Amino acid sequence: MHSSTAWLARPFRERATQLFLGILLAALATVTLLNLALPAGHPLHISTYTVTLLGKYLSYALLAVAVDLVWGYLGILSLGHGAFFALGGYAMGMYLMRQIGDRGTYGDPVLPDFMVFLDWDSLPWYWLGFDMAWFAFVMVLLAPGLLALVFGFLAFRSRVTGVYLSIITQALTFALMLAFFRNEMGFGGNNGLTDFKELLGFDLRSDATRLGLFLATGIALALGYVLCRAIVASKLGRVCVATRDAEARTRFLGYRVERFQLFVFVVSAMLAGVAGALYVPQVGIINPGEFSPIFSIEIVLWVALGGRATLYGAVIGAILVNYAKTVFTGVMPDAWLFALGGLFVLVTVLLPKGISGLLAYRLTPRRLQREPADPSSPHREAST
Amino acid sequence: MTIPPCLGRLLALCLLVWLPLSASAQDDPGQALLEPLDAASYARMGEAIEAIIDSGDARSRGWLEALLGGKLHRHKDTGRFVMVLENRGRDWPVADALTGEALGEMSRRDLDRLGINNALRGQLQGALAVLDLQADGVSERRQAARELLGDVDASLAEPLEAVIRAEQDAEVRRLLQQALAIHRLEVGDVAAVADLQGSLNSRVRAALNSAARSGDPALAEAASMALADIEQKMKLNRGLETLYFGLSLGSVLVLAAIGLAITFGVMGVINMAHGELIMLGAYTTWAMQQLLPGQPGLALVLSIPAGFLVAALAGIAIERGVIQFLKGRPLETLLATFGVSLILQQLVRTLISPLNRTVVTPEWMSGSIMINEGLSLTLNRLYVLGFALVVFAGLMLVMRRTRLGLEVRAVTQNRAMARSMGIRATRVDIMTFALGSGVAGLAGVALSQLTNVGPNLGQNYIIDSFMVVVFGGVGNLWGTLVAGLSLGVINQVLEPWAGAVLAKILVLVFIILFIQKRPRGLFPQKGRAAEG
Amino acid sequence: MNLLHSLADRDRVFDFLVPATSPVDVRHGPILYLEDVTVSFDGFKAIDELNLTIDDGELRCIIGPNGAGKTTMMDIITGKTRPDRGSVWFGSRHDLLAMNEPQIASLGIGRKFQKPTVFEALTVFENLELAMAADKRILPTLTARLTGEFRDRIDEVLATIGLSELRQRPAGILSHGQKQWLEIGMLLMQRPRLLLVDEPVAGMTEQEMERTAELLTGLAGKGKQSVVVVEHDMGFVRSIARTVTVLHQGSVLAEGSMDQVSGDPRVVEVYLGVDPDEEAA
Repeated sequence: MHSSTAWLARPFRERATQLFLGILLAALATVTLLNLALPAGHPLHISTYTVTLLGKYLSYALLAVAVDLVWGYLGILSLGHGAFFALGGYAMGMYLMRQIGDRGTYGDPVLPDFMVFLDWDSLPWYWLGFDMAWFAFVMVLLAPGLLALVFGFLAFRSRVTGVYLSIITQALTFALMLAFFRNEMGFGGNNGLTDFKELLGFDLRSDATRLGLFLATGIALALGYVLCRAIVASKLGRVCVATRDAEARTRFLGYRVERFQLFVFVVSAMLAGVAGALYVPQVGIINPGEFSPIFSIEIVLWVALGGRATLYGAVIGAILVNYAKTVFTGVMPDAWLFALGGLFVLVTVLLPKGISGLLAYRLTPRRLQREPADPSSPHREAST
Repeated sequence: MTIPPCLGRLLALCLLVWLPLSASAQDDPGQALLEPLDAASYARMGEAIEAIIDSGDARSRGWLEALLGGKLHRHKDTGRFVMVLENRGRDWPVADALTGEALGEMSRRDLDRLGINNALRGQLQGALAVLDLQADGVSERRQAARELLGDVDASLAEPLEAVIRAEQDAEVRRLLQQALAIHRLEVGDVAAVADLQGSLNSRVRAALNSAARSGDPALAEAASMALADIEQKMKLNRGLETLYFGLSLGSVLVLAAIGLAITFGVMGVINMAHGELIMLGAYTTWAMQQLLPGQPGLALVLSIPAGFLVAALAGIAIERGVIQFLKGRPLETLLATFGVSLILQQLVRTLISPLNRTVVTPEWMSGSIMINEGLSLTLNRLYVLGFALVVFAGLMLVMRRTRLGLEVRAVTQNRAMARSMGIRATRVDIMTFALGSGVAGLAGVALSQLTNVGPNLGQNYIIDSFMVVVFGGVGNLWGTLVAGLSLGVINQVLEPWAGAVLAKILVLVFIILFIQKRPRGLFPQKGRAAEG
Repeated sequence: MNLLHSLADRDRVFDFLVPATSPVDVRHGPILYLEDVTVSFDGFKAIDELNLTIDDGELRCIIGPNGAGKTTMMDIITGKTRPDRGSVWFGSRHDLLAMNEPQIASLGIGRKFQKPTVFEALTVFENLELAMAADKRILPTLTARLTGEFRDRIDEVLATIGLSELRQRPAGILSHGQKQWLEIGMLLMQRPRLLLVDEPVAGMTEQEMERTAELLTGLAGKGKQSVVVVEHDMGFVRSIARTVTVLHQGSVLAEGSMDQVSGDPRVVEVYLGVDPDEEAA
């Protein structure tokens, strides 16, 4: 039995992972301390608003880690991971909607407000069970996982890879966005799900709950990171890298490449779903905008900026870009798209290894020789 | 141009003082025709109307219309007949009914309206219709005859017969026959059904429908049969209409995608900014129209080369500034060009406006051609469809018959070999990209005639365009044409029962599934090179 | 669909339960048998009614001018390309046309590519680790741990291919010749029954060529491995070949010992292009 779990323990012995976890936990503790122990007027006090903002960044970071797992190590550029994130978010949102009970505007004990508004007289079947927390939490994993399973099964089986895969993942999230915009779908249409009251009995507007959500997101990020590291450091992770760089060769070694791709894709989708589920109670709303192709492609930028195939780079990138977005949209909203667009161009043209590439270069120049020459994979079939 | 209100009132006052002095009106025969209209009884008024019609006076149409619309008034003090140009507010602008000369504003309290009742209204409508039927232009007469359908009553039936006999144009005669037949149908004439057979006019169908429900079984039977026949024709019409809309949508898709088929299919470059190149083409059209106010047609024609040029130059800038550094890294190219697309969008928002701009459709492109009474094709869509085919043919010509096309194909198939044979691959890259981008600009010019021109224009087409290229088979222009047109038609066929959004979703899902089945699209490139 | 079908078939053993490496039946002699195989790309027949038999333990060299269909033949055997017609059998039990690449690889057919393909981002050691014969399903791969026995085996192969010193370096930094060796090492780790080796000595020094020749001739033998070598270097072929097959325009032109084959006037013609009309046809 020991041997079947040893792979999970492996990351804890890695220096880099220890460092990452140390920094993350220290940051969580510091934020908690500065929020609780200092009075509101103190210059170092971190307001609950900021805590929630940081919590949002952390959920984005988990999402970025999920994307890096498939892009960095498997070479699959998913332009539809926002869909998995949103599905996880909707699963959580449906639970939160059911928790509102009769406190909605229309006071219906069962139906959410938007259904009363649409004159529906009963819950659609797919809303059943979402009043139970455990069911909803399982769906947070299952909904994105199943979509990834079906989509990935079809795509990988027919060896749709490279830019083709990117394009159809984009089409997937676009189709879902259109679908969720429809009122008839029963997910609140344009407005999405909002006006949440409480989660597991905790008032979502209270400071304590918000701090708790922040910490839960931080811990989820730590666990997700360790899981991804464990996968990457296992032999399976090496099969992924082999697939990324020379898919045909890997097949000739006897690996069912499409099954490995599918496995990692589904794991990644589930992680994205968890990130979405943690995101929703903190921002207080989930709407079809999360399905928009632009959001999905933005996630990829976070990873690219942080540095692909490092995992920690994804975390750095997600936090940096979103912090910049918060600052920019506050100070000069018009300039944000220029900055974002410019970032896309600069990172891909001038900084192909992202920030972590710079870090690795500064810290250990010799390590550079051990890095792949170019992870964008000159051998991939789509590049021809 | 507008006169300040106080000044206007002053002017009106002067006119009023001057009015009684202009006495030449008394000599006008029109005055004698109008005078009886101000009669005590409606019956006398009716006679007066007849008299006006019989007079053949060129102004009679205007008088009758004004009377029908309640615009014909008489000045209380002077007894002068005036037409009210706009009855809003306390003072109304008026014109002399006889001379048509503008008389400034008059207080409405000084005016008496010549009122009519329903019977007179019917008489006036009929009279106007008959008047129109005597117009000189054939198209005016046809239009008048069409409007008569369903409006013929017993009083009109007789004069109409005379008109039919005098009419030279067969189409007008046919329409009038139908108008008469509807009247005959209404009075229970079974034989009238035969005259209405196969007509797609909605009023004819309404008349047949009510006849089909009539108490007379013979009439009901005949009318039902005629209706069934018409329904058959309507079905065909609807099918043709769906096909037309589908092809029209498809031609838009082809236009949007064909440039992409070149850059993506031929060069293997993913250009996410392709949509914004389309947008640039559309904005070029807008700018052209701003430069040439009042000449939208000329501006549109000039936009075709201009749009091509603007988009091609932008494309060259993208190729030189970004893409050339990312050779052989398709996924990075995708991301970088996406960044470019964000910048271009924001640039338009900042420099021009975040709001949609209006692009005028020139006169020769608006309106529609009528295939039959149930089916008319909008001209602008027809033009775009034709334009798409011309652009496609032009591209085929460039790729098949020119030196550039040859070099492009050579570089596509074997870069190293082409280079060793003296082809400057870099130059070919630039030219190919410029060509693909320029075609995107052409798509923008065409789209400006169909949709709103705004910063998001390109974004709305980029996913569709990729779908078309992938569906058709990358690197195959014919595939793009077939894929674009068929996706357009599929979309339109689905729309009636699924709704626009669901139809789009279904098409997307269909393509996603199709790609699983045939990863290389409808027309795959086969061979060792394609195996990668 | 297939899975459902096999689930409904209760008296059968499920496909996924059958061990991937069931024994190859070579009691009837041949280990590889190609019959009337034809494949065309856009009308061009790359392989034209090809018949080829490789006996168990044989070392066979295949030569032929460019475009003769050598690489396409390998693609067909390893499942990368599906022929339009014909049949391909591995031993007398396994129909290769019904399998995909990993299944064929698991059966024991290893392939070395014309252009050396190693995993450049992984170390030399990791390259060999991935190639090693092992349970290659997902969960066993995820939980796999390197036992001492596996380690020894990798060390052994590292010594054979002369890359022990470079074991922890990424394969991307190896020279062309070293990559060739690494790929041969990966083949050895797979412990295949049949090795398909495409141009193994391109970019090698005389000395390395000798070692390769030694290695390949040592591998082949009854009950051990069968080896098919595609090579352009006639000197190398002469040094290892027992039987040589000449491919031309997708089918077998001549077969026999090196001397027989090189004396065949048709072969000379094909190689030297004596008769241009013949070439064009």
